[in-house]
Amino acid sequence: MKTAEKPFQFFTASYLTQVGIEKGLNLAGLLQGLEKCSEASIFYHTFQSLDRHHFLTEGFSNDFAQWVLAACNRPGLAEALGGLDIRDYLSVADLRGDLRRIVGEYCDAHTQESQQAAFEPFYFCASIEVTAPLGFEAKTLEEFRHGVARLSHASLYYHFISSRLRIHLRSNDFSIWLSEGLGMSALAQRLDQIDIYTNTLEGVRARMLALIDRS
Amino acid sequence: MTDAPTPPQSPPRVIHLDDYIPLLGAEEIAELRALASPLQQRTVQMVNSTSVGGGVAEILNRLVPLLKELGLDIRWDVITGGNDFFEITKAFHNALHGGPYEERHHDFETFLAYNEQNRARMQFGAEFTVIHDPQPVALVNARPNHSGHWVWRCHIDLSRPNPTVWKFLEPYVLRYDGAIFSSPEFTRQLAIPQFLIFPCIDPLTEKNQPLEPEFVKSVVERYGIDPKRPILTQISRFDRLKDPVGVVRAFRIVRRYFDCQLVLAGGGAADDPEGGVVLEEVRQAAGNDPDVHLLNLPPWSALEINALQCASTIIIQKSLREGFGLTVTEALWKKKPVVASAVGGIPTQVIHKHTGLLAHSVEGTAYQIRYLLSNPAIAAKLGEQGHEHVREHFLITSNTKSYLTLFLHLLRHS
Repeated sequence: MKTAEKPFQFFTASYLTQVGIEKGLNLAGLLQGLEKCSEASIFYHTFQSLDRHHFLTEGFSNDFAQWVLAACNRPGLAEALGGLDIRDYLSVADLRGDLRRIVGEYCDAHTQESQQAAFEPFYFCASIEVTAPLGFEAKTLEEFRHGVARLSHASLYYHFISSRLRIHLRSNDFSIWLSEGLGMSALAQRLDQIDIYTNTLEGVRARMLALIDRS
Repeated sequence: MTDAPTPPQSPPRVIHLDDYIPLLGAEEIAELRALASPLQQRTVQMVNSTSVGGGVAEILNRLVPLLKELGLDIRWDVITGGNDFFEITKAFHNALHGGPYEERHHDFETFLAYNEQNRARMQFGAEFTVIHDPQPVALVNARPNHSGHWVWRCHIDLSRPNPTVWKFLEPYVLRYDGAIFSSPEFTRQLAIPQFLIFPCIDPLTEKNQPLEPEFVKSVVERYGIDPKRPILTQISRFDRLKDPVGVVRAFRIVRRYFDCQLVLAGGGAADDPEGGVVLEEVRQAAGNDPDVHLLNLPPWSALEINALQCASTIIIQKSLREGFGLTVTEALWKKKPVVASAVGGIPTQVIHKHTGLLAHSVEGTAYQIRYLLSNPAIAAKLGEQGHEHVREHFLITSNTKSYLTLFLHLLRHS
């Protein structure tokens, strides 16, 4: 069994929510907030939203899409926002750009609707991330599998989803290590292809373990 | 109206972190220990105004031992005061919720005098000091030279406060390093960071622990409820803001389509004159319908409430105004489909069509109930997802994690 020179260090992350000062009372307000809010806020309502709602597999992709649907009753716009896949973004700035473009185009084309009051306001929040080592590591695929099997949801999310922004690659911590540490590029790629929108985090883990077992 | 159960005889058992493993998994508890590792022997002081009764004391009674078990050097102090102080703080409480406030002579001076008395009596100097709610807010005067980390934990809705009371309290709040609120809706635009920590339930308490089906059945039958027909339940005080009459009206609509029963269970009618009036209004609205069960329960009915929730087909929370709505949390934890009003902290818990259904009127409430009764598979799925939502965000363990994260954040930014 191949042993990696550099072991995989398992971490966990915990998030504290900070409530911002921006608030959207209608779609125009949402657009204004998207322009002004911090990057941490965009992260919170997209990347982190997926973690907070990881147990939902149908029709929930990010907070903006959910609010547009539930509070503004605009299913078309909600689908457009929900169609954004965070795996396509290496920076929050790019993601913000697309969110602004989609909401902006809708507001331009539907001036009256964009001013209609929502059922409830959209509160822009932000995530404060705190990480901690879990105290175990992996040098072999077997140890890696054992580690993945005992990770909390927060830890899985940290290594598999939010890591994309940290490493600025279209990949994740697990795949990078499997590829670079163990030379298992094919497995790394298969892991990266797991659909995080139609699986719960528990489903992601099960799929991951199955792929490891098969390799 | 049915007789109340007798008070409990045995003291509550001591809970340890590992007791949560069967419910949450070993990895979640290991994660708490990993987060707490850099905080070993760090000193924390929690201060509030009561050690028993009320949601804050209930949370602290669990949170403090758990943080202690995780290695933090934590103490919990309770301020003292005379009747005059607590009358003033009750008036402040109502005013901060948006109610009227008639300034009485010396109110503010008396409030500050009691805070000063407590400041002189108590010991401060912990690395992290968390002051809960407005009653002890002026204890921030005890903070020497901006040392340590002081956070104000506000458990109430501050979105529409009475301006006189808020103008008096705000300067004290602004001297903290941050404020914690229970919902984004409850915050204000403050010049200090505002954090979000949700209220929580404890899955190991009598109100939320798993029950034997035989016990559930016995409770239901004791109250004359038919376990074979759908049971719609709202658990809440007999209070107009909970709109129990609206629930009866929604039930009447549902009954045109389904043979079902309504249970309105809660307390407050015995010791609250208005509660008695509201109960009478509900009784009038219910008429002689044998399928409407009005249960006025005493405060020690946790197991009975748990059983009623477990036996229910759908849980309703048709409030006109609401705090966070922990009765919704309890229902979701029991995997019950919930139909609730989109007010206060409810939309945070009931994500429409994902963890429950939201409604904005009597007719809407009735329609959502009919929809769930017609689609039991959807109802079950909402219940399952609601349970997961609570598991992740609204349990005492999540609350513990939030405090650990807050302390780590403050530490790293000092």
